[in-house]
Amino acid sequence: MPLLDPSPIPVYHGNFAEDEATRLLWRAGFGPRPGDAERLARLGMEGAVASLTRPGGVARLIGAAPHDEHGNPLDPINTWGDDHCWWLDRMVRSNRQLVERMTLVWHSWFATSEEASSARLMIKQNWMMRRHALGNFHKLLLDVTVDPAMLLWLNGTTNYKGSPNENYAREMLELFTLGADRGYDQDDVHQNARALTGWTNDWNEGQGPVNFRFEPKLHDDGIKWIFGHRGHFNWRDSCRLAVTHPDHPSFLVRKLWGYFVGADIPPSAARALQRAYVHSGYEVRPLIEAILRHPLFYEGPRLVTPPVVWTAGLLRASRQTITTTSWAWIASLTGQVLFQPPNVSGWNYAQWLDTSRWAGRLEAVDVALQNHVLKGKTYPYGLTENTKEAYQHAIEFWGGRPLSDTARHNLLALGRRVAFGQNQTWEQVTFRQLRQNAFRNLIPMTPDWMTA
Amino acid sequence: MNPPTDSRVPRSPEGHCDGFSRAQAIRRVLASGKPPIAREWDPRMPVPAGAGIDRRRFLAGVLGGAMTVYGAGRLGLTNRMLGDGIAHAAAIQPADSPILVSLFMQGGLDGLSLLAPAGDPLYRQLRPTLAVAAGSGAPFRADPSLTWHPSAASFAQLHNAGKVAVFPGIGYTSPDMSHFTSRHYWEVGATEASLLTGWMGRYLDVVGEATNPFQGLSMDGQINPTLATAKNPTAAIDQPNNFAVWLNGVWGNAAEWALDSAAALGDAQRRSRDPAIAQVAGAASEVGIVRRTLQPFQTTNGNPGAPSGTAANPGAAYGSSVTYPAASTGDLPARLAGLAAMIAAGVPLRCVALTTDTQFDTHSGQQTTFDAGVKLVADSLAAFQADLEARGVDGRVLVHVWSEFGRRAEENGSNGTDHGAAGASLLVGSRVNAGMIGEFAPLNQLDANGNQQENVDFRGVYCSLLEQWFGQDAAAVIPNAASLPRYQLLA
Repeated sequence: MPLLDPSPIPVYHGNFAEDEATRLLWRAGFGPRPGDAERLARLGMEGAVASLTRPGGVARLIGAAPHDEHGNPLDPINTWGDDHCWWLDRMVRSNRQLVERMTLVWHSWFATSEEASSARLMIKQNWMMRRHALGNFHKLLLDVTVDPAMLLWLNGTTNYKGSPNENYAREMLELFTLGADRGYDQDDVHQNARALTGWTNDWNEGQGPVNFRFEPKLHDDGIKWIFGHRGHFNWRDSCRLAVTHPDHPSFLVRKLWGYFVGADIPPSAARALQRAYVHSGYEVRPLIEAILRHPLFYEGPRLVTPPVVWTAGLLRASRQTITTTSWAWIASLTGQVLFQPPNVSGWNYAQWLDTSRWAGRLEAVDVALQNHVLKGKTYPYGLTENTKEAYQHAIEFWGGRPLSDTARHNLLALGRRVAFGQNQTWEQVTFRQLRQNAFRNLIPMTPDWMTA
Repeated sequence: MNPPTDSRVPRSPEGHCDGFSRAQAIRRVLASGKPPIAREWDPRMPVPAGAGIDRRRFLAGVLGGAMTVYGAGRLGLTNRMLGDGIAHAAAIQPADSPILVSLFMQGGLDGLSLLAPAGDPLYRQLRPTLAVAAGSGAPFRADPSLTWHPSAASFAQLHNAGKVAVFPGIGYTSPDMSHFTSRHYWEVGATEASLLTGWMGRYLDVVGEATNPFQGLSMDGQINPTLATAKNPTAAIDQPNNFAVWLNGVWGNAAEWALDSAAALGDAQRRSRDPAIAQVAGAASEVGIVRRTLQPFQTTNGNPGAPSGTAANPGAAYGSSVTYPAASTGDLPARLAGLAAMIAAGVPLRCVALTTDTQFDTHSGQQTTFDAGVKLVADSLAAFQADLEARGVDGRVLVHVWSEFGRRAEENGSNGTDHGAAGASLLVGSRVNAGMIGEFAPLNQLDANGNQQENVDFRGVYCSLLEQWFGQDAAAVIPNAASLPRYQLLA
C-alpha cells in the first residue's frame, strides 16, 4: 500500500540518498541529528516524506528538558526571553519536526507580535497554530481571526460599530488570504472591517487583557457588500468569503510553496495544487506532501536556512539541548526572535543575511560552543593529529555533514597556516586546540552549512 | 547583567498594526547589556589578540584624532595598524564627498499633527480629540496658517535657523494604503511592485565600488531596503561600537587568520550561481572589511557588543561634544552619534539608512506614541546637526526624513487614525533650501477615501536629490525620471 496519496504534480524520481534526506530534514524540520539523514535515506523518498507528514506513535520531546545557566526550568510566561527558548527547545527536541516547522510557517504567515499583548497570549496562539499545523486553512483562519493575541495586535477589539478600524480587515486580505491588490479594493476593506466588529475584551490589573468575547450588541449587523456579495456578514462570513474568493487558492499555493522551494512554482503545478486545495476543502497536508515530493524541491537552488532553524540545527547536530537562555538575545542578533516578527508581513525569507546578521550567527556559534571549545593541558585527539584529521574531527562534532570542496580547502588552508612552524613541545597541545576550535567556529558559518 | 524584564508587564495595546521592528529588538538587547559569557584563557598562551573580552580592552581615543590602545605592545599591535582599516577606507573617496542619510519614520506619520492647520474649523471637526490646539506649538515660518506640533519644537528651531526644508504634502498619485506596498514604493523609488533594488542601492550600483561596503550603510542591524543593490556590496551594523566579531576559544594570529579565512571563503563564493550561497558568502566577505574598519570604535567596557555611552549621554561613546537626548525607546540618538563619528573619521560613506524605533502607525491612542516619537526624532536630529557642525563636517551631510504615507484626515473611534495618503517629509542640513516645498494639502479637497492629496511627488524629490546633492543624472537611477518634476532642494 502506498504511504502517500498520489501527488497531483510531478514527483522526484532521482536518487534519494543522504544529501537529499539532509535537504528534506533542513527544510521540513530543523536539520538532522547525527545519523538522521542516513536513517531517512533508507526509507526512500515517499517513506521519508510520510515519516514527516504522517508520523506514527506518540508526540514527544526527546532528551533533557530545557533550563537556564543555573539549572532553573524555563518560565516562558514571566521571564524575558524564556518564551523564545521554550519554542526553540521544541524545535530541537520534538519528534514532530514538520509540525513545529509548519507552526513556524503559520507564525510568520499570520505574524503576530507579543509587543501588543503578552507571552501568555502568544503561547496560547502558538498552541492553536500547532493544532492546525498540517490541518485545514479555513479552520485556521477562523481561529486566528478571533485569537486574543491577534485581536490585540490588529485592533480586533477596538474595531467599533459605527467607527470601524480597518487594521485586521486589510491585512487579512492583503497578507493572509489574497495578496496585495488582488481581487479587492478599499471599499471591500471597509465593509470587511464592519463585518468583523463585535469583539471585545476586559482589562484586569493583574493579568492585563482578559475575557475576549463576541458581543452581538457591539456588532454592526447592517448589510455589507464584500467582493460583490451582499449580506448581514459577521466575522465567520468574513473568513468564508476570503477563503472562497477565487484569488485565494493561487495566493496560498504560491506562498506556501515559497517556504519550501527556492525556484518559482511552475504554472501547471500551481494550477494542479490550487484545484487539489479547493477540492479537499482547504486542507494543507496534501499540498505539503506534494511540494516535498516535487523534483524542484530536490533539484532546485538552495535556500538560506532561517536563523532560528539554523540555531536549532546547531544544537541538534552537536547533540545538545537548551542549557542557557542566551539564545533569546542571540536570536535578535541573528534576525529572528520568536513571538516578535518584524511586522505583520512576517520575516523576509529572501534576505536573511547581511554583515550584522552574519556577525550575529557567529555569536550563536559562540554560545553553542560554550562548553565545547578545547582548552587546558591535554588534547583529546592526540598529538599526532594532522590538519585533515583535525578537520574531520570538527566535521564529526557538527554531526558529520560533509562540506563542499571549496569550503573544505579553505578550512584546510587555515589549519595548515595555524600548524605551520609549531615545533616547540609546549606548542603541540595549544596549536591543536586553536586549530580545532577555529574549525568548530567556522564550519557552521560556511555557506554550505547555512543553506540547504 | 540580565536582559530587561519589564517587557512582560501587561500593557495596554498601543494599536500597532505592524509592531515594533526587529532592529529595535536588537538595540534593546544591546542596550541592556548582554549576559557575559564566561571565557577562560590558557595562561601559557600569548595574550589573546584575535577575539574575546581581553582583546577588546582597546581604548579608542577621540575618533579622528590619535588613537591609543591599552596594552598595544603586548598585543603586538600598533595604533597605525588599528587605523589601517579607516585609512584604507578613506583613500577610496575624497574627504569632502557628499553623504545622504535616509531616516524612515516607520508606520505612516500623521502629517496633520506634525504641521497642523490649528485654526481651521474643518480640522477640529475632523479631529475632535486629536487636533493640535492653536498656539500650543511654534508657528510654521513658511506658512503661518500652520502650527508645529509642540513635540516638534526642535524642528521648528532648525527650520527657523535655515536648516530644515519641509514638504507638507508629499506622496504619489493613486496612493496605496498598504504599509508594505507604499513603503516598498518609497524604498525602490518607483510605484512598481516588482522592483527589487532600492533607489539609493541603484545609485550605488552606478557610482559605487566593488570593494567598499560602507558606501551603503544600514544602521538598523539589518539591510535597509532603500540600499538594496544589484551588484555592489553594502553593510549593515547597529552602531559602530558594537559590531563584534570574535571566535570562541581562538586567539592571537589564529583568530585573525580564521576571520580572514571566513572572509576569503566569502570572497570565493559571493559570485556563486546559487543565490542562497551568494547571499551568505556576500555577507561573510563584507564582514571582513567592516570588522577591520570599525575596530577603532570598539569600546572599552570589556563586554563586546555593548555600547558604553550612558543613557543620559549617548554621544559619550563617540566623543561627541554635544549632548544627544536620552532615548525613551530604542537608541536612535546613539546611532546618530555613532554616524557623526564615522563621518568625521573618514569612513567612506555615501548613503546611510536608519529607521526609527518608534512605530508611527497610530491606529489607537495616537497621542502617546506620536508625541514621544516625534520629540525623540526632532531632538536627536538637532543634536546630530550640532554634532556635525562641531566636527566641521555638516556641509557634507543631508538627512532625508520620510514616512510611507500620512494618515486619514478624520480620526477613527479609537483616538487614532487609519492609513492615509499624502503626508509630511523633511530635509535637514546646513545646505538645504529651508522653506516650504509644495504646499499644505487642503482639508476641503480630500480624495475619495478621505485622505489628503499630494502636491509633491516623492520620486521627483529623489531625482532632485540625485542631481542637486550627488550631481548624478537621475535617469540612470529612477524609472521615468524625465517625466517627474524637480524641486529646488538646496540653498
